[in-house]
Amino acid sequence: MARRTYDIEAIRRDFPILAREVNGHPLVYLDNAATSQRPVQVMAQITRFYRDSNANIHRGVHTLSQEATELYEGVREQVRAFINAPSAREVIFTRNTTESINFVAHAWGRKHLRAGDEVVLSEIEHHSNIVPWQLLRDERGIVLRFIPMLDDGTLDLVAARVLITERTRLLSVTQMSNALGTIVPVKELAALAHARGALVLVDGAQSVPHLPVDVQDLGIDLLAFSAHKMLGPTGVGVLWGRMAVLESMQPFLGGGDMILTVSLERSTWNDIPHRFEAGTPNIGGVVGFGAALNYLSRLGMAAVREHEIELVDYALRRLGDIPGVTLFGPPDARQRGGVVSFDLQDVHPHDLGQVLDGEGIAIRAGHHCAQPVMQRLGLTATARASFYLYNRASEVDALVRGVESATRFFEHARG
Amino acid sequence: MASPEPVLAELYREILLDHYRSPRNRGTLDGRATHRSEGANPLCGDELVLELAVETGRVTEVAFLGRGCAISQASASMMTIYLRDRTAAEALEAVWCFQQLMLSGTALPEEFGDIEALAGVAKFPVRVKCASLAWKTLEQALSSDGVATVSTDEGS
Repeated sequence: MARRTYDIEAIRRDFPILAREVNGHPLVYLDNAATSQRPVQVMAQITRFYRDSNANIHRGVHTLSQEATELYEGVREQVRAFINAPSAREVIFTRNTTESINFVAHAWGRKHLRAGDEVVLSEIEHHSNIVPWQLLRDERGIVLRFIPMLDDGTLDLVAARVLITERTRLLSVTQMSNALGTIVPVKELAALAHARGALVLVDGAQSVPHLPVDVQDLGIDLLAFSAHKMLGPTGVGVLWGRMAVLESMQPFLGGGDMILTVSLERSTWNDIPHRFEAGTPNIGGVVGFGAALNYLSRLGMAAVREHEIELVDYALRRLGDIPGVTLFGPPDARQRGGVVSFDLQDVHPHDLGQVLDGEGIAIRAGHHCAQPVMQRLGLTATARASFYLYNRASEVDALVRGVESATRFFEHARG
Repeated sequence: MASPEPVLAELYREILLDHYRSPRNRGTLDGRATHRSEGANPLCGDELVLELAVETGRVTEVAFLGRGCAISQASASMMTIYLRDRTAAEALEAVWCFQQLMLSGTALPEEFGDIEALAGVAKFPVRVKCASLAWKTLEQALSSDGVATVSTDEGS
């Protein structure tokens, strides 16, 4: 069905795990919103680092330390280019998106927010963009407001205009819902927030792996995302921030590498970004992330996006044709990322996931760490298939056969 | 797939699916309950409300409401059948027996009847908490007065 924007079979050969069997069937991996798979190039880069160049960074005068530092800092520049940030110094490595958001809540929020200040979130946020702000609310007495979700899984932008006011200090929203796939018009919301004097933090955990993201074009102030959802290793995340915003923050974690001088009474801070990277980071992981960024850049994020639109459009049509299937989220594939969340009548998502696993198909069943979305839909769980650049139409077909088989299996029980 | 995988047929035994489709003792006791407990596995979306009427130490009535996967709902349905006319002590003993079945596959005494059909769940560690929800909720109901809540999710 799909007009090929790149050679999908060649790509699949870079991901050895896609060739394995699960429960006697070829693996159909459709849980990419949870974590992606990694290509051999990323694994090779990590192995090469530990084999040839391993040392701690920013410390030694010796050759290995300098090599390791160059490799690590080289990836900072790659990240800058990938999101079109003005400066590599604005790129801070963290553990993951969750840590990046908590970072902002601590380093910016605790310094600047006072009782009564408002932070605007949305109803489709992942728990990681809700809980840090609830903790800060309980500590500082800030007020949280939520842009409502409409029935089709998009945000109520009319309500957003009312919710974002002069009292709003920060707008923190996802660019792509992990539970529904909804793409949020971040550029429009950012303009609205800036007009009211608020800063804008974007949760890019789902969007950066799947869409071309240009922080300058979006006009945002802070962006959080994770390497492991975009072909990179686990344990590496990014917080990008405009330099002026980063300069207004207090340190997040204290320790080595983030200081200039330390006496027993006081310390002075190192320059940004090192000020915000206390302790030895995940050097090997960051270096491996560089290979992932290379891989994505070589394909081109626009091509990745086109491929996923075709797959999701096909999946929406095929799944939508199955009696008893309810699809959630925007009906138009161009309004959503590579995520298809659905419910199957009389079959609980967990049971569906179990039946599909028996056929080698990996999906997610549950609340997807977005319980407010589930509550809004009147559900406790959905089944979620999520795609990436290496998935193909035949895997949608396998999913459809699996869903039909689950329907028959549980119907059989009824009769 | 024309027929379900053998491994799935072991998990979803026919009798289990029958209880899922036609749950026994589904409903509420309309204020006659002496014990009530709510259980949930938020991570997978299972919810359960269990009500018991205990008179002179014996379960006279039992009802449950809930939504969730086939395993969690069938387990609750089968448990309610077992509970009728049991003493509270017998019910708590049954909770222990069920936990042993899930943990180590220890066979259940004969009076458990259909509940033995849940033995296959022990081979699916992720689903053990689904099967256990009703039993943990029962334990909670009997070991406290009034309303109690229980979760069998370990994380999140």
